[in-house]
Amino acid sequence: MRCKKCKTKAVIGLPRHNAAFCKPCFNEFVHDQVARAIKSERMFAPQDRILVAVSGGKDSLALWDILLKLGYRADALYVDLGIAGYSAKSREKVEQFANTTGTACGATLLIHTVQEEEGAGIRELADLIHRPTCSTCGTIKRYQFNRTAVEQGYDVMATGHNLDDEAARLLGNVLHWQEEYLDKQAPTLPASLEGFTKKVKPLYRLAERELAAYAVLNRIEYIVEECPMAKGSKMLLYKEVLNRLESESPGTKQAFYWGFLERQTKARPAPASMAEKDQATLHPCTTCGQPTTAEICSYCKMMARAKASLPR
Amino acid sequence: MKVQLSHPERQVEVKGPKRVKDLLRDLNLLPEAHLVIRGDDLATEDDMLKDDDTVEVRPVISGGSN
Repeated sequence: MRCKKCKTKAVIGLPRHNAAFCKPCFNEFVHDQVARAIKSERMFAPQDRILVAVSGGKDSLALWDILLKLGYRADALYVDLGIAGYSAKSREKVEQFANTTGTACGATLLIHTVQEEEGAGIRELADLIHRPTCSTCGTIKRYQFNRTAVEQGYDVMATGHNLDDEAARLLGNVLHWQEEYLDKQAPTLPASLEGFTKKVKPLYRLAERELAAYAVLNRIEYIVEECPMAKGSKMLLYKEVLNRLESESPGTKQAFYWGFLERQTKARPAPASMAEKDQATLHPCTTCGQPTTAEICSYCKMMARAKASLPR
Repeated sequence: MKVQLSHPERQVEVKGPKRVKDLLRDLNLLPEAHLVIRGDDLATEDDMLKDDDTVEVRPVISGGSN
C-alpha cells in the first residue's frame, strides 16, 4: 500500500477516502480535517482561550495535541471520577501528556477530583441517588466543565467527540425518534446566555480508528482499557453495527452524520434564534447560579440527594 | 506469530506468514474497529506478517453514557 500523496510506503489505509497515507502525510490529513472543522463550523479564533475536556483516552489527548500543534491556546480539564482500578491509570496518562507536550507548548492541566469536591467517588454517588453510573458521570462532567470554563474565562470548551461517536448518537436518537435531541448534535453549540459556555467538537470529521492511529503514530500514551462502567452500553452496540456497515460500504458513517448536518443546516434555526430559544427556557439555578430549565439544576438536585444519604 | 489481544487481555499463537486483513478475518474482527501494531509501527491491511512477528491487535472503539 502506497501513500496517495508522496507514494512512499503507507502506514494506514482509509477506505472511506479511497486513500492511504505515510506518517507525515497522515498527520497532515488529520490536522487539515480539524482545521476544516474549526473554520467551517466557526468554532474559535486564533486568539481564543480553549478548555479541552480530557479523559486519558485517545480522542481527547489527540485533540489536545492537535490543537497545540495547530498553534491554539488550549488548556485542559480532567475530571477524576474515583473509579477504582481505572481513574488512577487514566489520570496518569493525562498527567504524562501534560508534563511533556503540554508543558512544552505552555499549556496548563486543571484537575477536578470528584472524591474531594463531591464527597464520594462516582460509583458511590450513583448508588446513593439510585441513578445509572454513566448518567451520574455525564451530569457531573457537563456541570464541572461548563463551570470551570465560565469561571476561569475560557472562550470555548472543546470535547473529543469523533465521527463514530456522533454517528452512533444520531443512530440512537433516530431509532427512538428523540427529535428534541437532534438540535444538540451540531458540532458547534453557541454560548446562548451568560453562564453557559460555547461547546465545540473539532474531531467530528475523523473516525475513531483514525484518531487511535494518530495517537499510536505520534507516541501519545493513552488508556486503551475501556471504562468498566461502559460495558454493555448501547453506544458500543450502535458503533459495532455502524462499523459492520462501514466495512461493507466505506463512507457510510460520514454519509449518515455529515448528511444529517447538511440537512440540519438547511432546516435548523440560525444560531441567533437557537440562543433566543435557550434564553427563553434557561435561567440561573437558585442554588449555584449555573443555567438550568428548572428552579434547581440537575447537578445541585443530585448533590442534595447524595448529601442527604451520605453517612455523617 | 504472537498476537496480543484485548478485552479480555490475552495472547494467541497464529501460524504465519499471513496478511493483516486475513489475520483479522480469521480472528473475526472488523478492520474498521481495530489497528494492528507491529513494534512501534502500524501494519496496513496488505502487509505480510511473518511467523516470528509479535503484533498487537488493538480495539479502537470506546464509549459509554447512552
